[in-house]
Amino acid sequence: MTTRTTSRAAVITAAGLLLTACGSSDGGSGQAGPPSFEGRGPITYVAGKDTTGTVQPMLDRWNAAHPKEKVTFIQLPTDADAQRQQMIQNAETKSDAYTVLSLDVVWTSEFAAHRWIDRLPDKRFPLGKMLKPVVETARYRGGLYAVPASSDGGMLYYRTDLLKKAGVAAPPRTWDEMTAACAEVRKLPEAKGMSCYAGQFQKYEGLTVNFAEAVNSAGGTVADAAGKPDVDTPEARKGLDFLVRSFRDGTIPKKAITYQEEDGRQAFQSGKVLFLRNWPYVYSLAQKSGVKGKFAVAPLPGLNGPGSSSLGGHNMAVSTTAKNKATALDFIEFMTNEKNTRTLLEDASVAPPYAALYDDRQLIGQYPYLPVLKESIVRAVPRPRVVPYGDVTAAVQQEAYAALNGDKNSAQALRDLQKALSKAVAR
Amino acid sequence: MTEAPAQSEAPTPAGPPVRRGRASAGAGRLAALLVSPTLLVLTVVVLYPTLMALKESLYGAKGLDPATGFISDTEPFVGLGNYAEIFGDAGARFWNAFWNTTFFTVVTVGLETVIGVAMALIMHKAFKGRGLVRAGILVPWAVPTAISGLLWRWIFNSDGVANALLGQQILWTTEGVHAKVAVIVAEVWKTAPFIGLLVLAGLQVIPTEVYEAARMDGARAARRFWHITLPLVKPALLVAVLFRCMDALRMFDLPYILVGAQKHSVETLSMLAQNEASNVRFGPASAYAVILFLYVFLIALAFVRLLGADLVGGGRAGRRRRTEVTA
Amino acid sequence: MTTLTAKWRGGLVYAGVVAVVAYCLAPFYWMLVSSLRRTGDIFDTSLVPSPLSFENYRAVFDPAQGFGRALFNSLVVAGITTVLALVLATFTAYAMARLEFRGKRLILTLIIATSMFPVVSIVVPLLKLFTDIGWINTYRSMIVPSMSFALPLAVWNLTTFFRQMPDELEHAAMVDGCTRGQAFRKVIVPLAAPGIFTTAIITFIAAWNEFLIALSMTNRPGMQTATVAISKFTGATTYETPFGSQMAAGVLVTVPLVVMVLLFQRRIVAGLTAGAAK
Repeated sequence: MTTRTTSRAAVITAAGLLLTACGSSDGGSGQAGPPSFEGRGPITYVAGKDTTGTVQPMLDRWNAAHPKEKVTFIQLPTDADAQRQQMIQNAETKSDAYTVLSLDVVWTSEFAAHRWIDRLPDKRFPLGKMLKPVVETARYRGGLYAVPASSDGGMLYYRTDLLKKAGVAAPPRTWDEMTAACAEVRKLPEAKGMSCYAGQFQKYEGLTVNFAEAVNSAGGTVADAAGKPDVDTPEARKGLDFLVRSFRDGTIPKKAITYQEEDGRQAFQSGKVLFLRNWPYVYSLAQKSGVKGKFAVAPLPGLNGPGSSSLGGHNMAVSTTAKNKATALDFIEFMTNEKNTRTLLEDASVAPPYAALYDDRQLIGQYPYLPVLKESIVRAVPRPRVVPYGDVTAAVQQEAYAALNGDKNSAQALRDLQKALSKAVAR
Repeated sequence: MTEAPAQSEAPTPAGPPVRRGRASAGAGRLAALLVSPTLLVLTVVVLYPTLMALKESLYGAKGLDPATGFISDTEPFVGLGNYAEIFGDAGARFWNAFWNTTFFTVVTVGLETVIGVAMALIMHKAFKGRGLVRAGILVPWAVPTAISGLLWRWIFNSDGVANALLGQQILWTTEGVHAKVAVIVAEVWKTAPFIGLLVLAGLQVIPTEVYEAARMDGARAARRFWHITLPLVKPALLVAVLFRCMDALRMFDLPYILVGAQKHSVETLSMLAQNEASNVRFGPASAYAVILFLYVFLIALAFVRLLGADLVGGGRAGRRRRTEVTA
Repeated sequence: MTTLTAKWRGGLVYAGVVAVVAYCLAPFYWMLVSSLRRTGDIFDTSLVPSPLSFENYRAVFDPAQGFGRALFNSLVVAGITTVLALVLATFTAYAMARLEFRGKRLILTLIIATSMFPVVSIVVPLLKLFTDIGWINTYRSMIVPSMSFALPLAVWNLTTFFRQMPDELEHAAMVDGCTRGQAFRKVIVPLAAPGIFTTAIITFIAAWNEFLIALSMTNRPGMQTATVAISKFTGATTYETPFGSQMAAGVLVTVPLVVMVLLFQRRIVAGLTAGAAK
């Protein structure tokens, strides 16, 4: 009954039932060039629920200008897995219900390799004005399969008041500096019971992000540019060791092993944590909390200098089985242009793909963290860009979690991870 | 009408169930007429998709062509390869999930039965505001599973109300026994009312004379419960337990939302199937679904066999006993 | 002495009731309390929300969410599913409980077996089928698949309840000149009323809480059911959990059901008394 009827995330168990029945016959066409985008008429735009009410007005403007090519907004559940599965279900039933898809950056390779989305003509889009790492998330094997619509990067939130009081002049650039600063602050009476650092360490996508950041910030990689796993290295081990050691010596509080974004934000806002790794969304919320005016952001620290962030954000792509693809292309161009991404930043604090917007003085006035975020995105390393991303992130979470929990030492965890990743990618 | 009351009053030993009257051609025709709409609907909405899943379980995942970078269009036929993989390489994970599933089913259904029957007995007592109490007891069952998963995740948060009440700092969503406990508490809370409600309905169709006769016999409360109440509500209770078992064996949402994916302490068979499917390996996912189906089917079959007399008919234990008491 | 034990027993029952109700309602109370907190206070663990805030309920009923419409859709889908399932199941259950024919056990086993294949595995073939015949975004595309779990549940429960009715009553009615159908309607149905209404409630709840089918078969906001609408609740940003409004929606989805049970309550009691009068 309910346990089975509400299985939201299990949609596509069944999606495959039809594969044999409707496998298309044009197999093995090889790496074809960009397909022709023909046909004009009504289309749909498929994305997670619009959180801020800024998307619909934008669509209304499009519809007013294109009365014969109207776009309908299909809003999917908030949960990213559920979004992905609805999109896969649409692709596997060869339905034309979805035209333009808003994809999480880590799905690009998978959707491209399955040919669920079309390869796009590079020249149509002002990719040169966008931040380079962001554009990279939209490519698969050199081809452009999506257009960046938004970005996201991790930043270090820290308590300016306490650092100042403890005589620490600048925010830490390395992990050692962070630990030292923390030791100073903890001597203060008002820092009693405070923990030093928190991130996202629950066994979910956030752990992959935090693990990859630690590894990258120590000079290691999870997978190389071609998607080949290379994680069993001394550098990666230094990164993982930072997290493991921090858990062991209490730099990171024990309960942070259950933290997702919101738990960490809560801990930071209620003054329980001095340093927090989190996304830009925390900024405006923390400004309304008890730490208002007492915090600032800095780039993530690393082993020997500033570290690198993982990349978030969304790209827009065209569903292979859709109709009216000429309209779809125009629509993507419209949605991802500088003007509209600026509106999204202003009204919904969605980080834009365009470099120039991060230097805009008026915008910086509204969002003081923009320069830090830009630095964070420019230095960012994308999460592994591999086709079986689900298997890869699952393996990362499995081994990282075991290491953080103390079930395995980090050397063993990385060895096992390398094995698991190689197997996943070879599959 | 072909019923022969005298015949059906005959004692029913364990063994071949006594036929209730003659199976006449007329009754057969009428039965066919009455049953066929249900069977027709079920064939359309269940049987056809189920056969598709069986077929799919014989196909493997599509491969990546290293030259083009594209996933091939067709799935390779692998015969029983998916099943071999499940019991072979993926064996440890499979058996862990299998035992988790079985453990959760036995423990939750056991607790639910005890709590549900207790609820029903209490609700059955006449007192003021009983309607409100009954409605209140239904609340947990009425809350959608996904929402109740979120609710309990919040309650079991490291800074949540469960820890505040216990005065402890238990990290419920980490691996370990406590994660199992969290899932069991949430599941039992949600579904005990299901059993409670069905047993209550069973109690309500027992005529009061039965109780009064027993009370006049001087039967003590406990004796009355074991020898009169329980046998009378047994059919309703068994159906409730059967449906609960089948549902618990397919448990997915609650551990997934409450504790999270890939936590070995709470990973169930449905979660394994979901994991394969979400990584676009539909063949293996279907194979898990088929294995789960077979497991559930065996349990149901055992139920029907063991308790057939009470569930399906043949034995008329309930009514016969009542006749004896009232007589 | 006897009055004393009676008092004791009364007290015991009372204590039991309090315990049971507390057990069932305490987590729900937490849901209610959380839904009445301000977004910024959701991490509080105080037992009473202070300050009391209805912002979550306002968020739920924000016209852009279309939650009112979604509740109505849920009502239609669950209502029709329940009525259809009960009607079909009543016929079948009557045959199972009252008629003697070959293959009965097999049919009952088949019916329960069909309810065992996970809904997740039947959704996509049905989705394909319904796309082809243009059923997407219709109520029937949600109602028909819901029968897969509603029917077996209803058939099995009704069969049990019908079987508990003494044959003799039916015979007496038929001796009085009733046809088989009349005897069933006038004697068995009123007597089995508690069972029938219980079955109706349980079927309705199962259909009301259905999510996967409703999510897959609809893509127009006007057709989504309440559970689908809840899955689309969001905070102001991607990472922010809209826990408060989810809980508010949970309360709003649960309360109509409870009200419905309260209304049916009378019918159950009425059914009982009608039966007792026979």
